[in-house]
Amino acid sequence: MKQGIDVVGLYVRDQDEALAFYVDKLGFRVHTDVGNGGYRWLTVQHPEQPSFQLGLFLPGPPVHDEATAQALRALVAKGAMPPLVLTVDDCRAAYARMHALGVEFTQEPVDRYGTVDAGFRDPSGNGWKMIQGRG
Amino acid sequence: MSEAPPPQDPALLRRLLRAKDRMDAASHEEWPVVRLAEVSGVSEAHFARSFKQAFGIPPHRYLLTRRIERAMALLRETDLPITDIAFDTGWASLGTFGRTFRDITGNSPSAVRSQGRQAPREQGAVPVCIVNAARRPGLTTAVSEKRRQAANGTNTPEQQQESS
Repeated sequence: MKQGIDVVGLYVRDQDEALAFYVDKLGFRVHTDVGNGGYRWLTVQHPEQPSFQLGLFLPGPPVHDEATAQALRALVAKGAMPPLVLTVDDCRAAYARMHALGVEFTQEPVDRYGTVDAGFRDPSGNGWKMIQGRG
Repeated sequence: MSEAPPPQDPALLRRLLRAKDRMDAASHEEWPVVRLAEVSGVSEAHFARSFKQAFGIPPHRYLLTRRIERAMALLRETDLPITDIAFDTGWASLGTFGRTFRDITGNSPSAVRSQGRQAPREQGAVPVCIVNAARRPGLTTAVSEKRRQAANGTNTPEQQQESS
Protein backbone atom coordinates (compact mmCIF):
# COMPACT_ATOMS: atom_id res chain seq x y z
CA MET A 1 0.00 0.00 0.00
CA LYS A 2 0.91 3.65 -0.40
CA GLN A 3 0.97 5.90 2.61
CA GLY A 4 -0.19 9.49 2.43
CA ILE A 5 -3.07 11.91 2.64
CA ASP A 6 -6.29 10.33 1.48
CA VAL A 7 -9.03 12.88 2.23
CA VAL A 8 -9.03 16.57 3.03
CA GLY A 9 -12.41 18.16 3.61
CA LEU A 10 -14.04 21.52 3.02
CA TYR A 11 -17.07 22.85 4.81
CA VAL A 12 -19.85 23.81 2.45
CA ARG A 13 -23.23 25.41 3.02
CA ASP A 14 -25.17 22.90 0.92
CA GLN A 15 -23.86 19.53 -0.25
CA ASP A 16 -26.07 19.27 -3.35
CA GLU A 17 -24.97 22.71 -4.46
CA ALA A 18 -21.32 21.89 -3.75
CA LEU A 19 -21.58 18.59 -5.61
CA ALA A 20 -23.05 20.30 -8.67
CA PHE A 21 -20.29 22.92 -8.53
CA TYR A 22 -17.32 20.59 -8.17
CA VAL A 23 -18.63 18.03 -10.65
CA ASP A 24 -20.45 20.07 -13.30
CA LYS A 25 -18.28 23.19 -13.26
CA LEU A 26 -14.85 22.00 -12.15
CA GLY A 27 -14.99 18.55 -13.75
CA PHE A 28 -14.37 16.54 -10.59
CA ARG A 29 -15.94 13.11 -10.10
CA VAL A 30 -17.93 11.78 -7.19
CA HIS A 31 -15.85 9.33 -5.18
CA THR A 32 -18.14 8.54 -2.24
CA ASP A 33 -21.63 9.74 -1.45
CA VAL A 34 -23.07 7.87 1.48
CA GLY A 35 -25.87 8.94 3.77
CA ASN A 36 -26.09 7.69 7.31
CA GLY A 37 -29.08 9.08 9.14
CA GLY A 38 -28.75 12.86 8.95
CA TYR A 39 -25.08 12.64 8.04
CA ARG A 40 -23.75 12.54 4.49
CA TRP A 41 -20.18 11.59 3.70
CA LEU A 42 -19.49 13.17 0.33
CA THR A 43 -16.13 13.22 -1.40
CA VAL A 44 -15.08 14.18 -4.91
CA GLN A 45 -11.93 13.57 -6.83
CA HIS A 46 -9.93 15.30 -9.50
CA PRO A 47 -9.99 13.03 -12.58
CA GLU A 48 -6.20 13.08 -12.79
CA GLN A 49 -5.60 12.54 -9.09
CA PRO A 50 -7.09 9.21 -8.06
CA SER A 51 -5.18 9.01 -4.79
CA PHE A 52 -6.78 12.10 -3.27
CA GLN A 53 -10.34 12.88 -2.23
CA LEU A 54 -11.78 16.29 -1.47
CA GLY A 55 -14.51 16.02 1.14
CA LEU A 56 -17.54 18.32 0.93
CA PHE A 57 -18.93 18.35 4.42
CA LEU A 58 -21.79 20.15 6.06
CA PRO A 59 -21.25 21.69 9.48
CA GLY A 60 -23.91 20.47 11.89
CA PRO A 61 -25.11 17.62 14.03
CA PRO A 62 -24.10 15.01 14.98
CA VAL A 63 -20.52 16.32 14.62
CA HIS A 64 -21.18 19.89 15.76
CA ASP A 65 -23.54 21.55 18.18
CA GLU A 66 -25.67 24.33 16.68
CA ALA A 67 -23.48 27.20 17.92
CA THR A 68 -20.34 25.59 16.49
CA ALA A 69 -22.10 24.85 13.21
CA GLN A 70 -23.26 28.48 13.01
CA ALA A 71 -19.69 29.68 13.63
CA LEU A 72 -18.34 27.38 10.90
CA ARG A 73 -21.01 28.47 8.43
CA ALA A 74 -20.07 32.09 9.13
CA LEU A 75 -16.34 31.42 8.66
CA VAL A 76 -16.93 29.71 5.33
CA ALA A 77 -19.25 32.47 4.11
CA LYS A 78 -16.68 35.11 5.09
CA GLY A 79 -13.99 33.35 3.07
CA ALA A 80 -11.98 32.72 6.23
CA MET A 81 -11.14 29.07 5.57
CA PRO A 82 -7.61 28.09 4.49
CA PRO A 83 -6.32 28.68 0.97
CA LEU A 84 -6.84 26.04 -1.71
CA VAL A 85 -4.72 25.71 -4.81
CA LEU A 86 -5.66 23.97 -8.05
CA THR A 87 -2.96 23.27 -10.62
CA VAL A 88 -3.99 23.39 -14.27
CA ASP A 89 -2.01 23.06 -17.46
CA ASP A 90 -3.62 26.11 -19.10
CA CYS A 91 -4.97 28.74 -16.72
CA ARG A 92 -6.54 30.95 -19.39
CA ALA A 93 -8.34 28.05 -21.05
CA ALA A 94 -9.60 26.80 -17.69
CA TYR A 95 -10.72 30.32 -16.81
CA ALA A 96 -12.62 30.68 -20.10
CA ARG A 97 -14.34 27.33 -19.63
CA MET A 98 -15.24 27.85 -15.98
CA HIS A 99 -16.26 31.49 -16.45
CA ALA A 100 -18.67 30.43 -19.20
CA LEU A 101 -20.19 27.97 -16.73
CA GLY A 102 -20.82 30.75 -14.24
CA VAL A 103 -17.96 30.18 -11.78
CA GLU A 104 -17.48 33.24 -9.58
CA PHE A 105 -13.95 34.46 -10.29
CA THR A 106 -12.30 36.77 -7.81
CA GLN A 107 -9.29 37.36 -10.01
CA GLU A 108 -8.90 37.05 -13.76
CA PRO A 109 -5.79 35.27 -15.06
CA VAL A 110 -2.62 37.29 -14.46
CA ASP A 111 0.85 36.57 -15.84
CA ARG A 112 3.49 36.70 -13.15
CA TYR A 113 6.64 34.93 -12.10
CA GLY A 114 6.71 32.85 -15.23
CA THR A 115 3.24 31.41 -14.76
CA VAL A 116 -0.41 32.43 -14.86
CA ASP A 117 -2.78 32.45 -11.91
CA ALA A 118 -6.45 33.23 -11.31
CA GLY A 119 -8.78 33.06 -8.33
CA PHE A 120 -12.32 31.80 -7.81
CA ARG A 121 -14.70 30.82 -5.06
CA ASP A 122 -17.07 27.94 -4.66
CA PRO A 123 -20.70 28.84 -3.92
CA SER A 124 -20.09 28.51 -0.18
CA GLY A 125 -17.20 30.99 -0.15
CA ASN A 126 -14.17 28.69 -0.15
CA GLY A 127 -11.44 30.46 -2.09
CA TRP A 128 -9.30 28.75 -4.71
CA LYS A 129 -6.19 29.89 -6.49
CA MET A 130 -5.80 28.34 -9.91
CA ILE A 131 -2.19 28.27 -11.00
CA GLN A 132 -0.77 27.10 -14.28
CA GLY A 133 1.84 24.40 -13.75
CA ARG A 134 5.35 25.33 -14.80
CA GLY A 135 5.53 22.61 -17.41
CA MET B 1 -19.65 49.13 24.95
CA SER B 2 -23.07 47.58 24.48
CA GLU B 3 -23.63 43.83 24.28
CA ALA B 4 -22.29 41.93 21.26
CA PRO B 5 -24.44 42.23 18.15
CA PRO B 6 -26.32 39.10 17.06
CA PRO B 7 -24.46 36.74 14.70
CA GLN B 8 -24.76 37.61 11.04
CA ASP B 9 -26.67 35.44 8.60
CA PRO B 10 -24.21 33.36 6.51
CA ALA B 11 -26.11 34.35 3.35
CA LEU B 12 -25.41 38.01 4.18
CA LEU B 13 -21.76 37.23 4.98
CA ARG B 14 -21.38 35.54 1.61
CA ARG B 15 -22.66 38.67 -0.13
CA LEU B 16 -20.41 40.92 1.97
CA LEU B 17 -17.49 38.70 0.96
CA ARG B 18 -18.36 39.50 -2.65
CA ALA B 19 -17.87 43.21 -1.94
CA LYS B 20 -14.53 42.45 -0.29
CA ASP B 21 -13.50 40.31 -3.28
CA ARG B 22 -14.42 43.09 -5.68
CA MET B 23 -12.22 45.55 -3.76
CA ASP B 24 -9.42 42.98 -3.82
CA ALA B 25 -9.76 42.54 -7.57
CA ALA B 26 -9.78 46.26 -8.36
CA SER B 27 -8.43 48.17 -5.39
CA HIS B 28 -7.28 50.98 -7.66
CA GLU B 29 -10.89 51.82 -8.45
CA GLU B 30 -13.14 54.02 -6.38
CA TRP B 31 -15.39 52.06 -4.03
CA PRO B 32 -18.00 54.37 -2.56
CA VAL B 33 -20.41 52.73 -0.14
CA VAL B 34 -23.22 52.94 -2.68
CA ARG B 35 -21.24 50.73 -5.08
CA LEU B 36 -20.23 48.21 -2.42
CA ALA B 37 -23.75 48.07 -1.02
CA GLU B 38 -25.05 47.25 -4.46
CA VAL B 39 -22.56 44.37 -4.87
CA SER B 40 -23.70 42.96 -1.54
CA GLY B 41 -27.40 43.59 -2.02
CA VAL B 42 -27.49 45.52 1.27
CA SER B 43 -28.84 48.98 1.94
CA GLU B 44 -26.29 51.79 2.03
CA ALA B 45 -27.30 52.51 5.60
CA HIS B 46 -26.38 48.99 6.74
CA PHE B 47 -23.40 48.21 4.56
CA ALA B 48 -20.49 49.80 6.44
CA ARG B 49 -21.63 48.48 9.80
CA SER B 50 -22.31 44.99 8.45
CA PHE B 51 -18.92 44.89 6.71
CA LYS B 52 -17.08 46.00 9.82
CA GLN B 53 -18.89 43.43 11.94
CA ALA B 54 -18.00 40.71 9.43
CA PHE B 55 -14.38 41.59 8.73
CA GLY B 56 -13.33 43.68 11.71
CA ILE B 57 -12.41 46.73 9.69
CA PRO B 58 -14.44 49.44 7.94
CA PRO B 59 -14.64 49.01 4.16
CA HIS B 60 -12.73 52.16 3.30
CA ARG B 61 -9.90 51.26 5.62
CA TYR B 62 -9.79 47.77 4.14
CA LEU B 63 -9.45 49.32 0.69
CA LEU B 64 -6.50 51.44 1.86
CA THR B 65 -4.66 48.37 3.15
CA ARG B 66 -5.17 46.63 -0.18
CA ARG B 67 -3.88 49.62 -2.12
CA ILE B 68 -0.80 49.83 0.07
CA GLU B 69 -0.28 46.07 -0.25
CA ARG B 70 -0.33 46.38 -4.03
CA ALA B 71 1.95 49.39 -3.95
CA MET B 72 4.41 47.49 -1.74
CA ALA B 73 4.41 44.55 -4.17
CA LEU B 74 5.00 46.86 -7.14
CA LEU B 75 7.78 48.68 -5.30
CA ARG B 76 9.51 45.43 -4.46
CA GLU B 77 9.00 43.57 -7.69
CA THR B 78 9.01 46.11 -10.51
CA ASP B 79 11.06 49.06 -11.66
CA LEU B 80 8.01 51.27 -12.17
CA PRO B 81 8.57 54.83 -11.03
CA ILE B 82 6.96 55.58 -7.66
CA THR B 83 4.72 58.18 -9.31
CA ASP B 84 3.31 55.53 -11.65
CA ILE B 85 2.77 53.15 -8.75
CA ALA B 86 0.85 55.83 -6.84
CA PHE B 87 -1.53 56.43 -9.72
CA ASP B 88 -1.78 52.74 -10.66
CA THR B 89 -2.84 51.81 -7.14
CA GLY B 90 -5.62 54.34 -6.93
CA TRP B 91 -4.27 57.55 -5.46
CA ALA B 92 -5.17 60.87 -7.02
CA SER B 93 -1.99 62.57 -5.84
CA LEU B 94 1.56 61.53 -5.08
CA GLY B 95 1.45 63.49 -1.83
CA THR B 96 -1.55 61.61 -0.48
CA PHE B 97 0.01 58.31 -1.50
CA GLY B 98 3.33 59.02 0.21
CA ARG B 99 1.67 60.29 3.36
CA THR B 100 -0.76 57.38 3.64
CA PHE B 101 1.99 54.91 2.83
CA ARG B 102 4.19 56.23 5.62
CA ASP B 103 1.27 56.40 8.04
CA ILE B 104 0.41 52.77 7.44
CA THR B 105 3.81 51.12 7.03
CA GLY B 106 6.06 53.49 8.95
CA ASN B 107 8.37 53.66 5.94
CA SER B 108 8.64 55.73 2.80
CA PRO B 109 7.92 54.07 -0.56
CA SER B 110 11.56 54.42 -1.60
CA ALA B 111 12.77 52.73 1.61
CA VAL B 112 10.44 49.77 1.01
CA ARG B 113 11.69 49.57 -2.57
CA SER B 114 15.31 49.27 -1.54
CA GLN B 115 14.57 46.75 1.25
CA GLY B 116 12.45 44.41 -0.82
CA ARG B 117 14.61 43.74 -3.84
CA GLN B 118 15.68 40.17 -3.20
CA ALA B 119 12.38 39.07 -1.67
CA PRO B 120 10.58 37.22 -4.53
CA ARG B 121 13.31 34.62 -4.93
CA GLU B 122 13.38 33.84 -1.22
CA GLN B 123 9.72 32.89 -1.15
CA GLY B 124 10.06 30.11 -3.68
CA ALA B 125 7.08 27.81 -3.60
CA VAL B 126 4.58 30.00 -1.73
CA PRO B 127 1.78 31.24 -4.02
CA VAL B 128 2.30 34.94 -4.65
CA CYS B 129 -1.13 36.07 -3.50
CA ILE B 130 -0.52 34.41 -0.17
CA VAL B 131 2.89 36.01 0.21
CA ASN B 132 1.35 39.41 -0.44
CA ALA B 133 -1.52 38.80 1.95
CA ALA B 134 0.93 37.76 4.66
CA ARG B 135 2.75 41.05 4.16
CA ARG B 136 -0.46 43.03 4.10
CA PRO B 137 0.03 46.06 6.25
CA GLY B 138 -2.17 46.08 9.30
CA LEU B 139 -4.56 48.93 9.72
CA THR B 140 -6.36 48.27 12.93
CA THR B 141 -6.43 51.94 13.77
CA ALA B 142 -7.54 54.83 11.60
CA VAL B 143 -4.82 56.64 9.70
CA SER B 144 -5.62 59.80 11.67
CA GLU B 145 -5.09 57.86 14.91
CA LYS B 146 -1.74 56.58 13.63
CA ARG B 147 -0.69 60.13 12.92
CA ARG B 148 -1.62 61.13 16.43
CA GLN B 149 0.36 58.22 17.89
CA ALA B 150 3.34 59.08 15.72
CA ALA B 151 3.20 62.66 16.92
CA ASN B 152 3.31 61.33 20.48
CA GLY B 153 6.25 59.12 19.64
CA THR B 154 4.24 55.89 20.04
CA ASN B 155 5.06 53.05 17.68
CA THR B 156 2.29 50.83 16.45
CA PRO B 157 3.04 47.08 16.08
CA GLU B 158 3.07 47.37 12.28
CA GLN B 159 5.67 50.08 12.40
CA GLN B 160 7.85 48.05 14.69
CA GLN B 161 7.68 45.08 12.34
CA GLU B 162 8.41 47.15 9.31
CA SER B 163 11.46 48.79 10.79
CA SER B 164 13.01 45.64 12.22
